[in-house]
Amino acid sequence: MRQRNLSILAGIIILTLAAIWVDLPTNPGIHIHLGPIHFDKDIKIHQGLDLQGGMQVLLEADLPEGEPIDPDAMSAARVIVENRVNGLGVTEPLVQLQGERRIIVELPGIEDPELAISTIKETGLLEFIDTGGLFLEPGTIVKTTFPAGAGETITPTASITATPTAETTISPTVAITPTAEVTPTAEAAPTPPTERVFTTVMTGKELDKVGVALDQFGKPEIRFSLKPEGARIFADFTTKNVGKFLAIVLDKRVISCPRIETPITEGSGRITGKFTLEEARSLAVQLRYGALPIPLRVETVRTIGPTLGQDSIRRSIKAGTIGLLIVLSFMMIYYRLPGFLADLALIIYGLLNFALFKLIPVTLTMPGITGFLLSTATAVDANILIFERMKEELRWGRSLGAAIDAGFDRAWTSIRDSNLSTIITCAILYWFGSNFGASIVKGFAITLFIGVMINMFTAITVTRTFISFVFDLAGDWLRNKKWLLGI
Amino acid sequence: MFDIVGKRRWYFLISACVIGLGIAAMIYSTVRFGTPVRLSVDFAGGSRFLLKFEGPATEDAIRRVFAKHGFSNPIVNRLEDSQGNVLWQVRTKAIRPEEAEVIIDELAEKVAPLDRGQSTLDSVSPAIGEEVTRAATLAVATASVVILGFIVVAFRRVPKAFRYGTCAIASLIHDILVALSFFSIMGILRGWEVDALFLTAILTVIGFSVQDTIVVFDRIRENIPKRRGEPFEMIVNRSILETIHRSLATQLNAMFVMIAILLFGGGTVKQFVATMLVGMLSGTYSSIFTAVPLLVVWEKGEIGQIFQRLRGRRATA
Repeated sequence: MRQRNLSILAGIIILTLAAIWVDLPTNPGIHIHLGPIHFDKDIKIHQGLDLQGGMQVLLEADLPEGEPIDPDAMSAARVIVENRVNGLGVTEPLVQLQGERRIIVELPGIEDPELAISTIKETGLLEFIDTGGLFLEPGTIVKTTFPAGAGETITPTASITATPTAETTISPTVAITPTAEVTPTAEAAPTPPTERVFTTVMTGKELDKVGVALDQFGKPEIRFSLKPEGARIFADFTTKNVGKFLAIVLDKRVISCPRIETPITEGSGRITGKFTLEEARSLAVQLRYGALPIPLRVETVRTIGPTLGQDSIRRSIKAGTIGLLIVLSFMMIYYRLPGFLADLALIIYGLLNFALFKLIPVTLTMPGITGFLLSTATAVDANILIFERMKEELRWGRSLGAAIDAGFDRAWTSIRDSNLSTIITCAILYWFGSNFGASIVKGFAITLFIGVMINMFTAITVTRTFISFVFDLAGDWLRNKKWLLGI
Repeated sequence: MFDIVGKRRWYFLISACVIGLGIAAMIYSTVRFGTPVRLSVDFAGGSRFLLKFEGPATEDAIRRVFAKHGFSNPIVNRLEDSQGNVLWQVRTKAIRPEEAEVIIDELAEKVAPLDRGQSTLDSVSPAIGEEVTRAATLAVATASVVILGFIVVAFRRVPKAFRYGTCAIASLIHDILVALSFFSIMGILRGWEVDALFLTAILTVIGFSVQDTIVVFDRIRENIPKRRGEPFEMIVNRSILETIHRSLATQLNAMFVMIAILLFGGGTVKQFVATMLVGMLSGTYSSIFTAVPLLVVWEKGEIGQIFQRLRGRRATA
């Protein structure tokens, strides 16, 4: 019995030390680079929107109620929104599908909410522009003659689909023209906008179908077909501009700049170059979905000033600490020695909880922090149940050892049943929070749930080990000091 | 032995008074504002501006700016927290984000410089508002049903297990009504609005209240086979007295933290913590003075007697 106790005690101490290490504010994180194993994890606190300020937008598909929504189209829309959001320069943006019709966007720390919303909502504009013999590096920002949406320049997106360089060609599907082999450039850094205004030959509206296929050498190419009006414009333009470049521009950013090999009169053509299948597919998606496949409507917007949150944190931590100190003192005064041991267990509880928040990670919000503080206070509840039971048993004349055991065993059913009801409400809160972008509620549910689970561990296992340990050590001496045991 | 359950008529009276006051407040609120508790934009839809001005601001100046943009009747509240900071809360119909930005810029110009870091803007479309309301009601109802089922299962070996579940639910409804009454009164007095956080508080209170009730019921369940000769009232009394220490100790601990947060903590969670505080107090009260007495009442078939008594009293009054 003593042996087992000691090993559990050792386990608890190790766990606590690990938790303390994780909880340290200057934790460097875990970085393992051993041969083929690469594991990087930053261990820091993730702050919710209400703490660091920022913006949350809920978008909904702007289609009539009954109309079914193509899940692929929603996925593509999400990717497009995400790409646009990435260009806003926000660290850790969040773009997620919610249910079938909604997309939720969270932008922590954003400084210009107006720009953010207009960027997100804008239907992408795909243009084919006349560069007049000039090759434009993919990633270049250009000005065109076609009227833009909001704002003249749109900041370039960070993630650029790797596109092939100068030797991309655009040609009719009928004639097969050899292309010179040139290695594609890697992720092109965004180049500064040029002052020249280019003529828009045609917009993406004229594209009928876009797809990826393999040519006779097995290399990927993009095949497209145009609507009748587009076919006519294209035929005109390509006939007059053989050998020159035709830039394909999305939201004023060049995504590809193929050279016109021969006139394209049939209204269908292909784009070849040295790109991989993935790159081809990416480009095809952009061509096909340059415009959002589904119009999106803004349903909710929340902007939160950053200072409010930071201020709140400071004050609430101070308040929580005061409250907890009172709890610790109370336990010690009222239950004396077992109370002191319960206090130790409580401190460990707090450390473990916080460590889990940092590791998982759990996004902390103001209510989440409040929930954590509250669960710490009620964590003592389990201990109180046990101690009250122990006191009763001792009063009925049981021996100390038997009283301890009886206390823990009998109280277990109460603890389990009562904690279960809290777990049920956590599950419901979590469901509610995830369906309405109420991440505040979700965060609270998670912190409360983690709190309850860890509580069941510390209140029972940890406290019991401590008490057994102390009893083993000084049981005889304690037997007569009833006062110390809180009777 | 101290007879708690014997005085149950008094407890029911106290509960009735508190809830009666609350219902009166809710009726007044419905007449004046259209809903029994004031709803925030989360549930009603619309836009809510929480503005922290760096200079003195007046309600008229604020209203003028909004009127210029076609919002002739916004609800304007001046909120002040314990540190003396002043926040202006303006509620209107849903405003598109671009327009909201324009309004904010104008407010900064015409009224007083704005501390953007401490200001908030929430805009919710009415459709979402309705949906959230439905979901919230569903959440509370589901929680109650699931908990009822859970209690019935946990107490299945006790005779008449269904009563325990029902009395627990009754004390739960009691707590929810008390919390709503509190919020309704604060809504009238201080302009507090029900938002997603309030829902969180309610669900937490539900969890806690049931937790508390279960501890007492658990003890009753344990005592029934142990004390076969005793009348039900006595067993129940004994169980309450045996568990009261624990209830009070836990309640006290939770209150320490919550009161500390109320006094020293940040303003954004004040309403949340206050509601939790009221809810938990009610939870402890209802476990001992509502759930258990109801068990006794049911056991002794006293409901019919109560109605007779009331009729008798009215006749003599």
